[in-house]
Amino acid sequence: MAREYKPRIVTANDLFEGDAVYFTASHGWSRDHGDAVVAFSQDAADKLLSAANMQQDQVVGPYLAETVMGDDNRPQPLHFREAFRTRGPSNYFHGKQAGA
Amino acid sequence: MYTYNEFDDAFVRNRVAEFRDQVERRIDGSLTEDEFKPLRLKNGVYLQLHAYMLRVAIPYGTINSRQMRQLALIAERFDKGYGHFTTRQNIQFNWPRLKDIPDILDLLADVGMHAIQTSGNCIRNVTADHFAGAAADEIEDPRPTAELLRQWSTDHPEFQYLPRKFKIAITGAPNDRAVTKAHDIGLRMLRNEAGEPGYEVIVGGGLGRTPMVGKVVRDFLPKADLLPYLEAILQVYNLSGRRDNKYKARIKILVHETGLDEIREKIEAAFVRQKRDFAGVPADLVAQIDEAFAPPLFDNTRSLAYEQALGADPLLRSFAETNVAEHKNPAYGIVSVSLKPVGGTPGDATADQMRVLADLAERYGHDELRISHEQNVILPHVRKADIPAVHAALREAGLATANIGLVSDIIACPGMDYCALATARSIPVAQAISNRFDELKLERDIGPLKIKISGCINACGHHHVGHIGILGLDKAGRENYQITLGGDGTETTTIGERTGPGFDAEDLVPAIEAIVLAYLEQRVDASETFLEAYRRLGAEPFKQAIYDKEKDEARAA
Ligand code: SF4
Repeated sequence: MAREYKPRIVTANDLFEGDAVYFTASHGWSRDHGDAVVAFSQDAADKLLSAANMQQDQVVGPYLAETVMGDDNRPQPLHFREAFRTRGPSNYFHGKQAGA
Repeated sequence: MYTYNEFDDAFVRNRVAEFRDQVERRIDGSLTEDEFKPLRLKNGVYLQLHAYMLRVAIPYGTINSRQMRQLALIAERFDKGYGHFTTRQNIQFNWPRLKDIPDILDLLADVGMHAIQTSGNCIRNVTADHFAGAAADEIEDPRPTAELLRQWSTDHPEFQYLPRKFKIAITGAPNDRAVTKAHDIGLRMLRNEAGEPGYEVIVGGGLGRTPMVGKVVRDFLPKADLLPYLEAILQVYNLSGRRDNKYKARIKILVHETGLDEIREKIEAAFVRQKRDFAGVPADLVAQIDEAFAPPLFDNTRSLAYEQALGADPLLRSFAETNVAEHKNPAYGIVSVSLKPVGGTPGDATADQMRVLADLAERYGHDELRISHEQNVILPHVRKADIPAVHAALREAGLATANIGLVSDIIACPGMDYCALATARSIPVAQAISNRFDELKLERDIGPLKIKISGCINACGHHHVGHIGILGLDKAGRENYQITLGGDGTETTTIGERTGPGFDAEDLVPAIEAIVLAYLEQRVDASETFLEAYRRLGAEPFKQAIYDKEKDEARAA
């Protein structure tokens, strides 16, 4: 049996501000990880990534990141790196956690 | 200090104008990221975890008050009110917006600064002893050589596409404060038996994935032969360095794989050719550079003010013990300003602090400031009689932490709080260690101890040469930290040895504490430093302290 596919989202950095953004169902970009559209198969993930790659006039370096679904059925970061990207640095209250 | 001539200025201005145009074209969509990325990197612009980052070169770590004030202005106007000084004697701004970067570069150009060659496979910012021109143990100020190398390497057509980045460090003193043995080329100034100045040339040092101590290829190189000799080294590297594998592309791998004798032969052969065609550095240029680095006019008026203040003020005394180093002029001292307050972020300075430093340099320090690779700021020439006033001003600005060379004077790279390449965070680790040792109140008792932390194998935090080195890794989705012991970044450079399995974040600080307590227990007496004790005892007692302890705790749990 094929290994179960881990759900993924597409994330990138905003071209202008440089912060983390997430690819949404309407093929736009949100600053909120929970808004990301989730791919539940390799095929869906590949399609999402190529759609995101068409938007390099808005973002830099789209890539797939593994995700877990939260109780509210919105995707949450799995890896600590992705969790940090949703918040900002830990030494100052800067970045997304500060609402910036 | 060296000031730009018209040629430098025009060169930098043109580059800014060119980059402004490139940024515009990226923003309007006419350049793709693939096209734009190499262009932005050439101008020091990285894209990090949360934002763009601009890395600004501070050649050989020397800046004046005007430049420092400009950095403060940039921090305030375009960043979040602070800047981060790095182990490469650069400053990084962590939060610029892409569209603002050309304006920042213009502001830098106004004070003769830029971000060129802070990235890419070229010769990077030449680093030097941060006590250059001031240290009591100095043979000669290394900065005229560093400046010559800066001019020679900037936009040198032959060396823009090297197999990999290339770093040169230089020291003019026998006590190596510039980690010359961990650079692609390290230069140590010395004199031969006839008393003529020259260099010991070291090649193939480096940290990163494959740490190596540099090897001496030339015991004594006469000063006049420097440029043709370096060109010879770079030619050999350019031709034979490996371009097939990024991880094997640094010159250290070439030296290691080829062997020192063969590399030396190749370099010497290339040198003969280079020297034949080398017309020499124009005398007027040499004179111009030498003049730019002429020592300031020292004020030798006798005064006992300093000694009296030391007697009266215990805080000043404790500051002087760690943060004031011997100057070549006995009426002066070198003041190191620690950017490592308890629990702070190593290397960060706020715009206000930068202005205080600029004011102090102007008022008391012959207008000179240095950035050290240990992420501190130096006032290299302060009259001893003025040190009490400087200390008082530093205290007011939260800059009087008296910990240079001690356990809380930690080097830490930005790690996963900022850096896109990181595998784990380093700043919170530094903060936790600093806070813990502050609670223990053992810092003075412990004495000289260098802790260095990197957030990935690239080793920007120099962990391999920390007496205690810490490397942050991603172990199956958890931050995990490897400890190395016994590293040394001075003239007796040694790569630290790994203790064994790594520690999760919450176990790391207790492990560091256990290592330090084991040292305190086993040292001969207070005069035996951590490094000396480690060299005498070996790794075993320290391993026992951290791994047995773990078992005990597991049993107790
Ligand atoms: S050591 Fe790694 S994490 Fe730290 S600054 Fe260098 S590349 Fe980034």
